[in-house]
Amino acid sequence: MTDSSEITKSGLWRNNVALVQLLGLCPLLAVTSTVVNGIGLGIATLITLVLSNTIVSLIRDFVRNEVRLPVFVLIIASLVTMIELAMKALFYDLYLVLGIFIPLIVTNCAIIGRAEGFASRNPVGPAALDGLMMGTGFLAVLALLGGLREIIGFGTLFANAELMFGAGAQALTITLNPDYGGFLLAVLPPGAFFGLAILIVAKNWLDLRPAEKPQPVDALPEGL
Amino acid sequence: MTRVIVSSPYVAPGNSLKRLMIQVIVALLPGTIAYAWFFGPGVIVNVALAIIFALAFEAAILRLRAKPVLPHLTDFSAVVAAWLFALCLPMHAPWWLVAVGMGFAMVAGKHLYGGLGFNPFNPAMVGYVVLLISFPREMTTWYLPAAVSGQTLSLAESVAYSFGSVDIGQWDALSSATPLDQVKTGIGQNIPIDEIRQAPLFGHYGGTGWEWIALWWFVGGVYLLITKTIRWHIPLSLLTAVMSMALLFYLIDPAIYASPLFHLLSGAVVIGAFFIATDPVSAATTDLGRIYYGLMIGSLIYVIRVWGGYPDGIAFAVLLANMCVPLIDYYTQPRVYGEK
Repeated sequence: MTDSSEITKSGLWRNNVALVQLLGLCPLLAVTSTVVNGIGLGIATLITLVLSNTIVSLIRDFVRNEVRLPVFVLIIASLVTMIELAMKALFYDLYLVLGIFIPLIVTNCAIIGRAEGFASRNPVGPAALDGLMMGTGFLAVLALLGGLREIIGFGTLFANAELMFGAGAQALTITLNPDYGGFLLAVLPPGAFFGLAILIVAKNWLDLRPAEKPQPVDALPEGL
Repeated sequence: MTRVIVSSPYVAPGNSLKRLMIQVIVALLPGTIAYAWFFGPGVIVNVALAIIFALAFEAAILRLRAKPVLPHLTDFSAVVAAWLFALCLPMHAPWWLVAVGMGFAMVAGKHLYGGLGFNPFNPAMVGYVVLLISFPREMTTWYLPAAVSGQTLSLAESVAYSFGSVDIGQWDALSSATPLDQVKTGIGQNIPIDEIRQAPLFGHYGGTGWEWIALWWFVGGVYLLITKTIRWHIPLSLLTAVMSMALLFYLIDPAIYASPLFHLLSGAVVIGAFFIATDPVSAATTDLGRIYYGLMIGSLIYVIRVWGGYPDGIAFAVLLANMCVPLIDYYTQPRVYGEK
């Protein structure tokens, strides 16, 4: 399990936080109305995961087992507060869009789950890699779901990219069909549930498909 | 009641589900014809398009689920759902609106739950609500009855409208709010109801045209009751709930609350009571439960109409009541004979 390629595969695909463990669904469903929102929250979660896994792994020998959970929560809460303040300073507009969901990263089960289930039992290197890969897997699903809902809901892609990448990124916005009136359901909460369900179906379908061929499961393409 | 005893051999009646659905279609005919009479053949175009899309989506999902296609298509349950769905749409709707609605109704509303008999929600209403929430502009473009505007779109014009091959702008003068919408807007502007109802859009009791269509839905509903296709509990309790709530508030202040007859004869109350709320799959299944179910839908319709954000509330009321059906059924199981 500590083998780095195993950690990578597990984080990105086999134990993907959003598609397999189904953790952190509250922010996942709430903010993925556009790609930019998804990526914004994804990166914040990714940074939290890497830092919290690293710190938890560093202190794992000094914390008594009885008090480990409060200590983990304190570490994660401090990290999230730092990230929130940093986003307020650097990406104020994006900070306003994501709103309550940045402080709520602290309640994302994926983070405490990795701290408890992996980082507290492994050395720093694998723990940090696990945080990076789990976070990237989560980020990829957030971006993909955001893209799916943005295309169907608004008919655009990378709208409001300037919130994250500065004014020059306004050109990134792609309008697929200017006559498209929009399909509001995709942007509303039901669209998030339908979208996530479709992504889970797609992943399971991809996983089950090679079972009919002689190919071993390990030969799956990585990433999403 | 005397029962004639006939000795064997017996002939088994045909596919009972199919016969049930055909009864519903027969009962829908007079109201549909009246609807087309007052508002033009756009209604027929909608019904035809909805049936085509419903059968296509049903066939596709049946193939995906590896189920026999033909027996399920010819039980006419998809046709009835499509027909009811099309009657909820504005008289003239673009084809893609019908397609999206039927797609959600058949795939998400019906087959993702396991197909006919397993769907907790009324599929036609699922499709309608998806459209109402997603496409507010298309779903609120209603047209005047011929009696008011003096003209309706011909069959060819209606088809051209549905497929977007004509400029819709030229018919802007014919578009109008529904009577229920007009009352809601008027009350919002503090206009007394008597004054709102001076407009030619309003007839003797409900809306011009609408009140006659409601009457024909009633005739169809009585036919369903006589043929025992539906039972009396849901329609009676639903209509009672709407009428008594409307009467109560009408007596309190007739200037801001419309009369019970207006509520009964406008919008979709009558067709909802006899055709939509009585869907045998998603409605309550015990006699007492059916009464609670009808009362709940009726009260919700009035609450949504008067205090809610939408002018009419049949679809939301039916879906909300669908959610309560397992609970209603659980608490209204009849006592088994011989048990306490």
